[in-house]
Amino acid sequence: MKMSRNFLISFALLFPAAVLLIAFTFYPTVATLIDSVYSTPRGRRPAAFVGTGNFERMVADPVFHRAFINNLIYAAVVIPVSMGLALAMALLVNARIKGRGFVRLAYFTPTILPMIAVANIWMFFYTPDYGLIDQFLRLFGWGGTNWLGQSSTALWALIVITIWKLAGFFMIFYLAALQQIPPTLLEAATLEGANYFQRLRRVILPLMMPTTLFILINAVIEAFRLVDHVIALTRGGPNNSTQLLLHYIYQVAFNFWDTAYAAALSVVMLVLLGLIALFQFGFLDKRIHYR
Amino acid sequence: MSVLTIRGLNKFWGDTHVVRDLDLETREGEFIALLGPSGCGKSTTLRLIAGLEDASSGEILLDGKQITNLPSAKRGISMVFQSYALFPHLTVADNITFGLSVRGESRKSQSEKLARVAPLLGLKDLLDRRPSQLSGGQQQRVALGRALIASAPVCLLDEPLSNLDASLRAEMRNEIRSLQRRLGITMIFVTHDQTEAMSMADRVALLRNGRIEQFDTPEVLYSRPASTFVAKFIGAPPMNILDVGAFKACGMTIDGKFKVGLRPEEIFLVERGLPGRVTHAEYFGADSVLSVDVEGVQCAVRLQGRPAIVPGATLHLGWNADALHLFDAETGLRQEAAVAQPDWVQLQPA
Repeated sequence: MKMSRNFLISFALLFPAAVLLIAFTFYPTVATLIDSVYSTPRGRRPAAFVGTGNFERMVADPVFHRAFINNLIYAAVVIPVSMGLALAMALLVNARIKGRGFVRLAYFTPTILPMIAVANIWMFFYTPDYGLIDQFLRLFGWGGTNWLGQSSTALWALIVITIWKLAGFFMIFYLAALQQIPPTLLEAATLEGANYFQRLRRVILPLMMPTTLFILINAVIEAFRLVDHVIALTRGGPNNSTQLLLHYIYQVAFNFWDTAYAAALSVVMLVLLGLIALFQFGFLDKRIHYR
Repeated sequence: MSVLTIRGLNKFWGDTHVVRDLDLETREGEFIALLGPSGCGKSTTLRLIAGLEDASSGEILLDGKQITNLPSAKRGISMVFQSYALFPHLTVADNITFGLSVRGESRKSQSEKLARVAPLLGLKDLLDRRPSQLSGGQQQRVALGRALIASAPVCLLDEPLSNLDASLRAEMRNEIRSLQRRLGITMIFVTHDQTEAMSMADRVALLRNGRIEQFDTPEVLYSRPASTFVAKFIGAPPMNILDVGAFKACGMTIDGKFKVGLRPEEIFLVERGLPGRVTHAEYFGADSVLSVDVEGVQCAVRLQGRPAIVPGATLHLGWNADALHLFDAETGLRQEAAVAQPDWVQLQPA
């Protein structure tokens, strides 16, 4: 009797979470996998099995190539720069400086803003001639640059926004980790003759490695997930120069209604993220000292 | 061999005066204990010497050279922290050679010095372990190794034994003491445990409210305490401090400006002496401590073995003439004055 009662209670407790997970995570994942090997159903023509057809199409798709390469550049810049900035900001606001509380708040503000709001703020910054950046540059005789409107600068303009948005968020984790380091460890290092950079490299950074891995995983996810500003500012243009994988998937699925191809693209992105996660846990995790 | 001199050292934390006009000079290769109750400023003093805190005023000299304003790494002083402060991500070997490595010593010289220090501390087989894989005593040795490897002339230890269990503590006590003798370095260690201070140190500085109450050898601290505070801090149980009135019962008259100190272990039982009633007895194996009510004042008496005395019994207490210590009743400072004492008090034990 008791066993079954226990079972009922645990089942009841797990049920809501399980329903949500299955309905919104597991079922869509499996459905996407299945859809990726079928054609898109249209009108009276139901979906037909096409095997690797969708993937073959991808190989020949120049927009996909563009999006893939853009996303790699985007990730390769956003991840290290936002993490580096986050670390620098955390070290700064952890030090005994005047107005520390204000600076902490200022650094964290971009995080609490919705990405659409962020995009609108930056739209003003980037406006040719009247925008903040151009007004400032005009003092030096430059200006008149359409940052979001030309292929050579548009992707970089979006990268800057993403870094601005993420660095403050990551800073909070670094700050928490910094405050976990016992001060006597740093005193001992100082007493042994370590200067600031030696303390940073030999004591602080190694002790923060678990946090760094956590932030790295988050940064990778964000680098592929965060496309709100693409939708709000450029819609992948001009000439696909700001086309990112997830935004392309969104366009294919909901603008072109080519759901099968979108499913195949999703599978590629899933595999890509899976491989990165494997590397992070399999390779980096073993090199990290956990307290 | 080095001499550390501290002159007029002061430290304020805001309005709190934690270290007051501290003067202290070590002799060559001496082992000094900073002893005192918690909050007396002993750890702050140590941190001031190490340069982890800035002095509000006063100076610190090492072999006559000003080090008051030098950064801690340049002072020629090493330190063992109470929590050991070992780097958890480094091996024992890397922990010990950390200082050498950040100061850019060659790997060869690092491993030579490590090979010299590790066997001294019995760490030879543990060099590849990490701190989390070590026992408390082993961690303590690693911290000592890190402090000793650079051969700094002065080594500071902050409550070095407080995190160890009792048996290990006794072992480490001997070990630290013999290491200090063998290496001939000056060691200053902070402790709140009088047994530790008395058994290890050449000289003990007893601190109270940021001031040195007495700075002398353990023998002098015990036999000639400079104040009632010292008298009550040293010894277990501590010295009895009695009002002069209590001595009327045995026909002694002592000037009322004094208080009288008498160590529990210097009291013996006599046929006719100071009468008192036993309130309770504690048995410790080798000896027993009786609480005796003398004219309304509790007086501890330490007797060998387990005397057949039950609470309620009346005893007569006696002592030798030189066992009495006189203190000023107001300032608590030691007074040198002879006390006339009837012969019968120091008669043979009953």
